[in-house]
Amino acid sequence: MSVPSGYEAVIGLEIHVQLSTQTKMFCGCALSFGDQPNVHTCPVCLAHPGTLPVVNERAVRYALQIALALGCEVAPRSIFHRKNYFYPDSPKGYQISQYDIPLAANGSLAGVRIHRVHLEEDAAKMVHLGESGRIHGSAASLVDFNRGGTPLVEIVTEPDLHDPGEARQWAQLLRTTVEQLGVSDVNMEEGSLRCDANVSIRPPGAEELGTKTELKNMNSFRFLERGIAAELERQASVLEAGGEVAQETFHFDPRTGSLTPLRSKEYAHDYRYLPEPDLVPLAPTEQMLREAREALPELPDQRRRRYEAEFGVPEVTARQLAFDAELGTYFEGALEAGDGVEPSVIANWVTGDLAAARRHFGADGREVAPAHLVAVARMVVEKRITHASGREVLDALVDPGSSIGDPEEVVESRQLAAVSDSSELEAIVERAIEAEPAAAEKVRSGNPKAIGPIVGAVMRETKGRADGGEVTRLIREKLGAA
Amino acid sequence: MTDVLELTAAQAARQIEAGELGADEYLDAYAEAAAGEELNAYLWREDPNGGRGGGRDRPADAPLGGVPVAVKDLFCTEDVPTTAGSRILEGYRPPYTATAVRKLTDAGALVLGKTNLDEFGMGSSNENSGYGPVLNPWDRRRVPGGSSGGSAAAVAARLAPCAIGTDTGGSVRQPASLCGIVGLKPTYGAISRQGMIAFASSLDQCGTLTRDVADAALLLRAMEGRDRCDSTSVGIEGGVELPSREDLEGLRFGVPRELSADAEGLEAGVSAAFERALGLIRELGGEVDECELPHAAHGLSAYYVLAPAEASANLARYDGVRFGLRADGDADLLNMYERTRDAGFGAEVKRRIMLGTYALSSGYYEAYYGRAQRVRTRIVEDFAGAFGRFDYLVTPTSPTVAFELGARTDSPLAMYLSDYCTVPMSLAGIPTISIPAGLAEPDGGGPELPVGLQIAAPAFAESRLLDAAHAIEGAIGFDATPGLGGG
Ligand SMILES: [Zn+2]
Repeated sequence: MSVPSGYEAVIGLEIHVQLSTQTKMFCGCALSFGDQPNVHTCPVCLAHPGTLPVVNERAVRYALQIALALGCEVAPRSIFHRKNYFYPDSPKGYQISQYDIPLAANGSLAGVRIHRVHLEEDAAKMVHLGESGRIHGSAASLVDFNRGGTPLVEIVTEPDLHDPGEARQWAQLLRTTVEQLGVSDVNMEEGSLRCDANVSIRPPGAEELGTKTELKNMNSFRFLERGIAAELERQASVLEAGGEVAQETFHFDPRTGSLTPLRSKEYAHDYRYLPEPDLVPLAPTEQMLREAREALPELPDQRRRRYEAEFGVPEVTARQLAFDAELGTYFEGALEAGDGVEPSVIANWVTGDLAAARRHFGADGREVAPAHLVAVARMVVEKRITHASGREVLDALVDPGSSIGDPEEVVESRQLAAVSDSSELEAIVERAIEAEPAAAEKVRSGNPKAIGPIVGAVMRETKGRADGGEVTRLIREKLGAA
Repeated sequence: MTDVLELTAAQAARQIEAGELGADEYLDAYAEAAAGEELNAYLWREDPNGGRGGGRDRPADAPLGGVPVAVKDLFCTEDVPTTAGSRILEGYRPPYTATAVRKLTDAGALVLGKTNLDEFGMGSSNENSGYGPVLNPWDRRRVPGGSSGGSAAAVAARLAPCAIGTDTGGSVRQPASLCGIVGLKPTYGAISRQGMIAFASSLDQCGTLTRDVADAALLLRAMEGRDRCDSTSVGIEGGVELPSREDLEGLRFGVPRELSADAEGLEAGVSAAFERALGLIRELGGEVDECELPHAAHGLSAYYVLAPAEASANLARYDGVRFGLRADGDADLLNMYERTRDAGFGAEVKRRIMLGTYALSSGYYEAYYGRAQRVRTRIVEDFAGAFGRFDYLVTPTSPTVAFELGARTDSPLAMYLSDYCTVPMSLAGIPTISIPAGLAEPDGGGPELPVGLQIAAPAFAESRLLDAAHAIEGAIGFDATPGLGGG
């Protein structure tokens, strides 16, 4: 899945993050997921006459953390607006959002510029009874106001992404970043993280942007990538056929992987934005800003740079560790247990062989304690076992069918200890030279590449427990080819 | 008419406190009067034959102990019908009580009834009520003013000792003027708007309708204060002093020409009463001089963009989905919306929703809403400039005395001019009071009717405003009461 040849893709993302505050954005109702419908409601979030919104301070603090984590400038006074539209999921007939002066703007994350970050409230949930699952043609519609008024942070990027895979990776990094902040569940399936994309294509090097279309409802990272790729293909084929891309909004159907254009009536709103007269400008105090800044944990991109600078971990590996919160935490745990073992060696084990073993055994695989991983790495470094044996030990530790939980025990029970007694190894090498006279002769006469069959014989004899470098050294020594 | 109905709220509270007046006797007298009223002032009344509970057990230190209050039906009262004067809320019983009402009952007051009004506060004659017009107790062929017409008529006709209302562009002051009582609109933010059904949120403010200035201070004192449920409420720093001043020595009064001599449609009788009041202010030691509010003449135009714009959003929630009226929708959402709102809203409300929707539409926002906001800013600056030279500004409250029912219903613009003198103060958010300045014949002749004197002060200077109003009230000595006849 990539960009159709002959075109450059221009992709911007719009991400909605539900904040995991105790209460809703403008009232005291508890946030919930999966409760009985309409139990978390009050006169305010049902928009009874005379009710007024009151800003949730915790939501502001969380949003400030997101804004600062994305390197944004926080507006000294941001303004709430009413975004007017009639629909049963909007009890007031307008959504309170931010418009011309958002909470924060002008940030960046991993090279992608952040256009703006603003606070708003979520809509209620509609359930349409009937075939289509959409309001048109449904027999009846039900509204659940539990979700209505949940604090949302909307993050809008500049169109700085140029590939569906890149968009997916960046969105995952954003999720990890927000996850590290602890301000949202960031669960795409449950809707606490939602991602829309603005997509256009243009000839490479062109200055002017093509007409963009908007993709909605891609409720997993995989669908995000697939949806964008499908839309790029569609736009390319429209242009190839001599047509023009129309400004449209598409709904991604995860079941079929197809894009359905929304009827223009469903999105062509004139929202008649109006400054919200029920709220005063949002002016974070110096103290709030300082507290938000101090509450920032180390973020993925910072973590990557630290792994590179402090531990000499190569960039690709550092990125793997830093952008996957779970993997990064594991790595840090292993570092703590890893006295003496080089961090870059541990990093390789975590992202290489351990990850491979986990992939192999899938969800059933057993957890490997960071100290055990370090023990395996140390045995290899100290040449007590070979790298191949180390891999075998890890496999045994992850294997749900195995019951051994200690690396030393695995080495013992499977007799993986390296042949370290040099007189024993010397004897084996001598027997191998005798068994491969032709190869021995070639090595003696100056062809070092002919050593293979002799090494092979040694490895067969030792069942792979001999150190390859040591074996080669011994053979050459014996044959006077050192 | 018994004597107790002539007492002011403060007098009654004092007599009840001293044991000279029984709280039950007092309440029963008003409940009975309200039950028998013929002005259509009330939309809901407390049952005169009992069932009244809370409030009779008056807490100690309750400044309004035993005082019945009429509440404009734009305030939510828990489990008590609240209509906003609109058919769209017929039968609606709110699940909570407005902060202003709760603070009154906390101070010992009792809700006597809910008063009639122009639908959602939109009107200047009470003829826009979904439940019929209110009649002016001075002359039942005339309007009581609006939108708090029911509250004003009830207080003037001795159907309530005092009342609260809401003022967006003059809705407390203008009916107070037309009914010959005192109407106070405090500074925007002085009293919580929580539970006050919104018309134009940046202008709406709870106000009082009373027999005298002291009662206005008493009610304001009970209701003002910051409310954490209303982010725009701040209360009045230092609280509210009960007025005691008898003279105006050393105080400077500005008279903006734009809102007095040059006011559109100013009646001769109103002008004469106003001039007499200025003379009394001078006699009390006040300095009176002309002043300028150069942009005040544009106040009405700006108001009729801003208020409808906010209203168009505020009234979107009446959609038939969760409460109030729902028309059959032919199984189609849009159809249900349209039929519900068509059946539930009256003509003036629809007109303002359309005006506001248009003003906010893409492509028109700057030309209308943006421009009106800039005019509002200029008006705020005009007042700030004037208050650099003057302690108070005075104007007639309404250019005319009470007009006849139906006289302006065919011309929205003529109706809007009723608020010509009151709207600029609303746009500036400053405290303003209307007190009776005497009686005057309408242009074209007829029996004499009340005229109001409007006094404005800088933001949150309520105590100073009430003091001056109290002094002027004493000098005017207005003691006429409506004949309550057929006129
Ligand atoms: Zn709620």
